[in-house]
Amino acid sequence: MMKHKRNAILSLASLLLLFAYLYYLNFHHAQHGMLISILEKSAILALVAVSMNLLNGFTGLFSLGQAGFMSIGAYVTAILLIPVKSLDGVYYVNGINPALRSFKVAIATAPSWVQSIYPFIALLLGALLASALAALVGIAVLRLKSDYLAIATLGMSEIVRAIFSSPQLDGITNGSYGLNKIPTFPKMFGSLVPSMVTPFIITALCIAFMVLLIKSSYGRAFKAIREDEIAAEAMGINLFKHKEMSFVVSSFFSALSGGMLAMYMRSIEAKTFSISLTYDILLIIVIGGIGSVTGSILSAFLVTASKEWWLRFFDQPLVIGGWHVPLFRTGFRMVIFSLLLMVVVLVYRRGLMGSREFSWDRCIARVRSLFHHQDKRQERGGAQ
Amino acid sequence: MNDFLLKTEHMTMQFGGVVAVDDLNISIPCGRIIALIGPNGAGKTTAFNVITGVYSPTNGAVIFDGKVIAEDFPKGKMKRNYIGSDKSVYHRSVSNTPDVITRLGMARTFQNIRLFKELSVFENVLIAKHSHIKAGMLSATFGLNKAEELQMRQESDQLLRTVGLDHYRNDQASSLPYGKQRRLEIARALATSPKLLLLDEPAAGMNPKETEELSSFIKSVKDQFQLTVFLIEHHMNLVMDISDKIYVLNYGKTIAVGNPKEIQDNPEVIKAYLGVDEE
Repeated sequence: MMKHKRNAILSLASLLLLFAYLYYLNFHHAQHGMLISILEKSAILALVAVSMNLLNGFTGLFSLGQAGFMSIGAYVTAILLIPVKSLDGVYYVNGINPALRSFKVAIATAPSWVQSIYPFIALLLGALLASALAALVGIAVLRLKSDYLAIATLGMSEIVRAIFSSPQLDGITNGSYGLNKIPTFPKMFGSLVPSMVTPFIITALCIAFMVLLIKSSYGRAFKAIREDEIAAEAMGINLFKHKEMSFVVSSFFSALSGGMLAMYMRSIEAKTFSISLTYDILLIIVIGGIGSVTGSILSAFLVTASKEWWLRFFDQPLVIGGWHVPLFRTGFRMVIFSLLLMVVVLVYRRGLMGSREFSWDRCIARVRSLFHHQDKRQERGGAQ
Repeated sequence: MNDFLLKTEHMTMQFGGVVAVDDLNISIPCGRIIALIGPNGAGKTTAFNVITGVYSPTNGAVIFDGKVIAEDFPKGKMKRNYIGSDKSVYHRSVSNTPDVITRLGMARTFQNIRLFKELSVFENVLIAKHSHIKAGMLSATFGLNKAEELQMRQESDQLLRTVGLDHYRNDQASSLPYGKQRRLEIARALATSPKLLLLDEPAAGMNPKETEELSSFIKSVKDQFQLTVFLIEHHMNLVMDISDKIYVLNYGKTIAVGNPKEIQDNPEVIKAYLGVDEE
C-alpha cells in the first residue's frame, strides 16, 4: 500500500512537472519554437498511437484504417473552423457551398461563449462522425481475421481519402486543393490554458480514458479476445460486440487526433492522410511495444524527435578539415533513421517496452542497482 | 424443475459426405456425471461443438434447461446430399452463438488447453466473470461499478482458493505445470456460473496419479457447485470411476448406453472400442 501511494505521488508530481515545463515553454515561445513544435506533434501522434494500440495491441485486431479516421477528424475540424474572412482565399478555385458559408457566418456572429467552445465541438463532431463510420464499417469487416482485416480497413481508409479529394465535394472539402488557414489550437477555460498547452491536455485526458478502459472489465475482455478468440467466446464474451466497441473507441480517438493534426499543420490535403501515415503510426507502436500504452507514448516522442529534429545534423553539408564529407545532404537523415530503426528492432525484439507498462517500482529498482553496481566496483577497486 | 438439463434429439452433424455425428439422442439428468466415450474420430468433440454452439446441427435439436438452443434441418445442397440415418422431422432453424449459450449456463473446457496464456491466473478467472457484467462500457471505464468489480474480484479469489490455485494467483497462465493448467481451465469455466460443465478430455496427457486427483476434483467440484457434468474421456479408469451413465460413439453412431458395468460387459463396445483383443 505504501508503494502504491508513493507511485501515485511520483506520477502526479512528474505530470505536474511536465505541465509546469510546458507553461515555461509557452512563456519563452521564441527560443524554443522547434522543441514546442516537436512536442505538440508527438502528443498528437501519441494519441493516435495509443488508440491504434488499443485495437491492434489489446484487442488483437490488425487494422490499418487509422489514417482514414484521422482524415475524417481533420477535415471536419478544418471545414468547421476556417474563419469566414479566409473562406474566399481558401476556396479560390471552386467557391464554397453556400449553405456551409451561411452556417459559418451564423457561428461567427454567435455569442462569444459559443465561439469559445466551438473548436472543441468541431473536434468532437469529427470524432463522432468517424466513430459512426467505424460502427458501420465494423459490421462488415470485423468478421474478418488478421491480414484480411488489415486489407479491408486499408481499403476503407483509401476510399475515405478518395471521397475527400473527389471533385463532387469541391464546395466543401476543396477537392484536391486541400484546406489551409486552419486556426491553431484553441485556448481552454478562458485563457487559463494557453493554446500551446491544449493538445497536451486533450491527449492526456483521452489517453487516461483509454487506460481506464483497458483496466476495466471490458479491457480484460479485449485482452481475452486477443489471446484466444475461441476461448473468449466460450467464456461468454460476445466477440462482435466487443470488437465493435474497441473499433469505435479507437476510431473516435484517431479522429480526435486527426482534428488536432489539422490544427497543428494549419493546412491539410487528402494526400496527408495516405497509407504512409498509417505506417508511421504502426511504426510508433511497434517500436514502443505492441500492447504497451506507455511504450506508444514514449516512442511517439522518440520517433518524432529523431525524425524531425535530432537527426537534422545529417541533412547539413559537413566539412571536416576542408574535406567535404559525402552523403551528408538533404534526405540522409532518413537513411540514418531507418538504420536506427533496424538496430532498435534487432535489440528490442518486442519493442522498447514489450507488452509491459512503465512502473515506478522497476524504475527505482534499476536506479538502485546502478548505484549498487558502482559501489561494488569501488569496493573491488579499493581491494586492489 | 426439468428432469433433464440437457437433451439432444436426433442430433446429426454432416460435413460434406461424412456424418460425424449421426442421430445422437442423449439426455443428461440434473446433478449427474455423464460420459461420452469412443475411439478417435468417433465424433465426440463434434458433438460437444454442436451442443456449445460452435456448429449448427445439420439436423436435429439441442434442448438445454427446457429451452431449445439449437435446431436445424438439412437445407440447400445438404438437402440432396443428406445421408444421416434420421430423416428430416424439423422445420425451423434456431441457433445461438457460443457466448449466448455460455451465458445460459453451459461452460466448457477444451481438448487442447485454451487458456489466455499471457495473462495471469487470476485474470483468466476474472475474465470469465465478465460474461455476467451488468455495467456498460462507460460506467465500467469511469469506475462507477465499484461494487460489481469488487464482487467479481472477490468471487474470483474465492474460486481460486476452492480449486487450490491461490498460490499461483499472479503467475502467468502458461507458466503453470500441465495439470494445473487443466485445473485452471476448469476454474475458468466455473467462473461463468454454469449449471452444466462440459469437459473435453480433462485427463489427456496426465499420469495415473494426476488422473486420480482429477477424478476426485471433478466429484468435489460437482458437489460444491451443484453441477451436472458431461465429459469426453479416454482414461477408462476415470470414466468408470466417476460416471453415472456412459454413451459410446463409433463412427458417429451411438452403439451403447448404460452404466459403467453394462458398458464394460457390452460386446459391441468391446468390439469397437477396446477391440484390441479381437485383432
